[in-house]
Order: sequence, then C-alpha cells, then structure tokens
Amino acid sequence: MSTKIASTSKSVSDASLIIPRKAKDTPGDKAVAGVSHALLSIWALIVILPLLWTVLSSFKTTSEIFASPFGLPAEWSFKNYVTAWTSAGIGSYFINTVIIVGLALFIVMALGSMTAYVLARFVFPGSKAIYTLMLAGLTFPIFLAIVPLFFILKNTGLLNTRPGLIIVYVAFALPFTVFFLFSFFKSLPHEISEAASIDGAGEWRTFFQVMLPMAKPGLASVAIFNFLGLWNQYLIPVALNTKEDQKVLSQGIGAFAGQMGYAVDFGALFAASVITVVPVLIIYIIFQRQLQGSVSAGTMK
Amino acid sequence: MTHLSTEVKPGSGDTAAARRRRINLSFDKVSFMVVFLGIPVVIYLVFVISPFIQAVYYSLTNWTGFSAKMDFIGLNNYVKLFQDDIFMKSMGNSIVLGIFLPIITIVLSLVLASLVTVGGSSRGQIKGLRGSSFYRVISFFPYVIPAIVVGIIWAAVYDPSSGLLNGLLTGVGLEQFKDFAWLGNESTAMIASMFVIVWGFVGFYMVLFIAGIKGIPAEIFEAARIDGAGRLRTAVSITIPLIRDNIQTAYIYMGILALDAFVYMSALNSGGGPNNSTLVMSQQLFSTAFTKGQFGLACAMGVVLAVITLIFAGIVFLVNKLSGGAKDVSL
Repeated sequence: MSTKIASTSKSVSDASLIIPRKAKDTPGDKAVAGVSHALLSIWALIVILPLLWTVLSSFKTTSEIFASPFGLPAEWSFKNYVTAWTSAGIGSYFINTVIIVGLALFIVMALGSMTAYVLARFVFPGSKAIYTLMLAGLTFPIFLAIVPLFFILKNTGLLNTRPGLIIVYVAFALPFTVFFLFSFFKSLPHEISEAASIDGAGEWRTFFQVMLPMAKPGLASVAIFNFLGLWNQYLIPVALNTKEDQKVLSQGIGAFAGQMGYAVDFGALFAASVITVVPVLIIYIIFQRQLQGSVSAGTMK
Repeated sequence: MTHLSTEVKPGSGDTAAARRRRINLSFDKVSFMVVFLGIPVVIYLVFVISPFIQAVYYSLTNWTGFSAKMDFIGLNNYVKLFQDDIFMKSMGNSIVLGIFLPIITIVLSLVLASLVTVGGSSRGQIKGLRGSSFYRVISFFPYVIPAIVVGIIWAAVYDPSSGLLNGLLTGVGLEQFKDFAWLGNESTAMIASMFVIVWGFVGFYMVLFIAGIKGIPAEIFEAARIDGAGRLRTAVSITIPLIRDNIQTAYIYMGILALDAFVYMSALNSGGGPNNSTLVMSQQLFSTAFTKGQFGLACAMGVVLAVITLIFAGIVFLVNKLSGGAKDVSL
C-alpha cells in the first residue's frame, strides 16, 4: 500500500514540475495565517515568559523578589548561584547526578541493546513471554512497585547506595529501551549478519562489530530519551536514596524548595532551578532535531 | 514512549536464517545468549516484575515493614481504603485528572498542530505555516525540563504577592487579583495545578501530531480541497480520523501520567492543597508508606491505582474500537 502511495505522489510532483505555477496567497489565506501566528505566539509566550522570569529572578536578592515581580536587580551578580551551588548543596547533587545518570545510561544502553537484539533476531522458546513481561513493565504504575522495591534494596544492602539507585534506574529504563531497539534490530537486513557469520565471525563479534554500529541512529534516539528520563527522575531517588550526601539534583532541589517555608532564600531557589535546567537545555539545543525526529519516527508506522 | 506503536511481535520474522541458527549450539552461541539475555532479564525480573507481584501479596497483609509480624488479613485493607474519606477524596481527584488532563492537553495540542500544518496557503502545494519551526522548538522545550523544576517555577509564578501571574494581572488593571492565592484557594487550586501539567506536555503532543499530520499523503488534502472542503472541515473530517491512532497513544500516555501526577502535585501543594483539593492517590500512597510506615495499606493503594490505570487504558481502546478506529485508519 505504501509503495502505491509513494508512486502516485511521485507522479503528482512530476506533474507539478511540468506546469510550474506560482500560487498567490488569497486574502483569506493571509487572514488565516495571521490568526495562526497570533495564537501560536500567545502559546509561545505562555511557555517562555515563566522561564525568562525565572532567569531574571535568579539574579535578584530575596527582598528585590518580594518588592516587585518585574523589577530588575540592582546589580547583576552570580551571588545566588554561588549560594545555591555551595551552601544549598546543589553542587554536590549535580556531581552525584552526573555519575549516577551517566553510569545508569551506559549500562541500560548496553543491556537494552543486547536484549533487543536477541529478542528481535533469534527464535527460541520463551521469547514471547519475555516480550510480554517487558510490555507489562511499561504499563503498570511504578507506584505499585515502590514499597516492595524499598525492601528488596534494604534486604540486599543496596538501599541508600549509589549502585542500588543505578540498578533500579537500569531496570525501569530497560523496557522502553528494549521496545524501541527491538523494532530497530528487526528492520536491519538479515543478509549482513549472515555474511558476517560466513566470514567466520561468531555471535559476539557479529553483534559488536556489525550490528551495533548499524543501529547507531536508533541507539542515539533512545539514549537521549533515557538521559532525559533519568535526569528528571524524582520518585525513585526520593523513596530509595535518602542519604544527604548521595542525593541527586531533582530530589535535592525538591528538598530545598520544601524547606523554603522556614528559611526563605527565593533567589537561590531560582538559581538552583536554572542550574538544574541548563544541562537539559544544552542537550535539547544540540539534539533538538533528533528528538523531534524520533517523536515523529514513532508515529510513522 | 511514543515508539510503542512501532512494535513488531517477536517470532513473526522467523526467516530461514534464524531457524538455521537454532541448530548448532556452540560455546560462542551459548555464552552469547546467557550474557545477552540472562543478565538483563534477571535484573528486570528482580527489580521490576517481582515488586509488582509482591505488592499484590503485601496488600493482603497488615505489614508495617520493620517488624517480622505480618498477618494475612484478606481484603481488610481494601475495605479500610474505601471507608477512608481522605483516600476517596484523593482517588476522586486522580480520576478527575485522568479524565480532564488528556482531553485538555490533546485538544490544545491538536489545535496548535493544525494551525502549524494547515495555516499556510490554500493554493498550490500543501505547505505548513511559514516560520512554524520556531513555535515547535519553543513549545517542545518544557517537556525536557525536570518535572520538579516545572512545579517549583510555577509555584513561584502563582505566588500571591510576588508571583509573575498576579504581577501581570494587576499590571493590566485587574486589581482583584492582588494577593490572590491561586494554589491556596479551593476553587482554583486544582485548575491551576492542571494547567501546569498541560503547560509541560502540550509541546510534546503538538510535535507528535504535526508528524502524524505530515504523514498523511498530500493528495488526500488536495482531493478534499477540490471537493470544496474548507480548513475546519478538513481538520475535523480528514485530519483527526487519519491520525486517530496517534491520538489514542497520546491519550493513554497522558492518562497514565495524569493518574500519577505525584511530582507536580507535591511541588505545587505538598500538603494536598486547601481542604485536600489537590491531593492525589500517589501522594497518599507515598506518605502512608514512607511517613506512616503502613506498608500493607500503601500496597493496597498501589493495587487500586494500577487497576484504575488498566481500566482507563481499556476504556480508551474500547472507545476507539467502537467508534470505528483501526479499520479505516490503515494507510
């Protein structure tokens, strides 16, 4: 079916090549375009205003913040950022997050691509059962698991440890990773792995030297989504990683905001928010096309 | 998350090559399977599947976690939950979120996606609105901000005296909003909280729908136009039916998220809001487990939440099927 559509669309575009027409916008078109731009701009403003205001406020002292929501700071200094980074502990939370998310991301990508590869390209009893179990993991709310998970970690001595948090991150990011890469590995041609095995490559070598490099675009998309998901994760660390010196950024800033009622330092809170958002902003700017592209890729089926 | 739709059933592609490989079990092959499948599956079973199963069992006990004492009390926890006014209130709030959040988010993102895709010229080739990638990039951004930070920023925006919102409203002369506590008023707390979640996700679904709409062959739009369909008619009678599978996926994911909503609700109103008007099940579960230590009861709440989630997904599938989805959608 899809090939049929492709061929007709080709002939249509051929036809339009033969008779080049420059379409002029009617007044109605202009009105619609104007209204569209107006509505989209309003939404863009609603999105961007709170963010800009946060950045502005992060440079103000607390008394300036209380004086007026729009006033400019008397002096533009990074004092709030220094306070947030050092005395509020955001600096150490940041480093913890980089370590934990980095390791978890690496492990889940490795294990996820291996599982997806085996499920997609080998036929063996139980493969369907494993696939169904993965689907269940995506559907059930994590809140159902959180209490038993707490005690599993407690009984294995992994509660409040970095390895414990990493392994839970890996386990809960696994189903999404496997699903995405499953269809990806499935679509890679069988001829190439056959050629590799005829040339004498074993299963290990075929995977690491032939299949994995071919799956790079898929791996990149999943890695970005996993990075965002793990960086933003809140419930798992709050429940399973309560030791102060091991807190990650999301839970650290949550706790910082939670005690605001007692020790009000709104300037530092705004600065801490900006610090938390900057890494994802950088990732977003670099991979913006790829991110939106992979959202689209999921719908094209 | 949206990639689920690309899934292919395992075992469907058992080509000759795959079947041939099954025969010779060399060391290379056995070690490969053990490492590649064994380790991930064990981790997954221990840390994801087994907690789900244990939760169901614990929900039938009066376990408090730290003592060894654990009596089997049947469905008592569930009876207790359904007689608990605060839990019922939180369940009601969760269901309200589950019903309204997906509708609002999806309608708004569909409207924005339509504006981007059909806002362009009505003559010649179908093309989108000029400069629309700017809106897409901006709108998508909140999706990548950590939920807790979204909550913190909006709690500050809603602040009665020094917040952005009241500053803007009094700035344009609406003096009645001076010191108005959006999150502290029973009548506005829930709506204000819902808006925050909508704010975070509209851009994501907008991008999803734009991709879906662009996947529709241009000839269909052209044919409709030749037949005299206007923009609104095209959107309602052509675009929406053709991307209904995308809408279904979006609906289910947004619903699952709305039934959770833990991070947003605890960042905006950690105590459940005025008169518990924004208290949701997940918050109740968390405090029952980790503050009060009633683990059996908390697990029962988890089971109720899971059942509601499954019922919700079932209803969405059923509605889509009954209204004729999946038959006329295949492109």
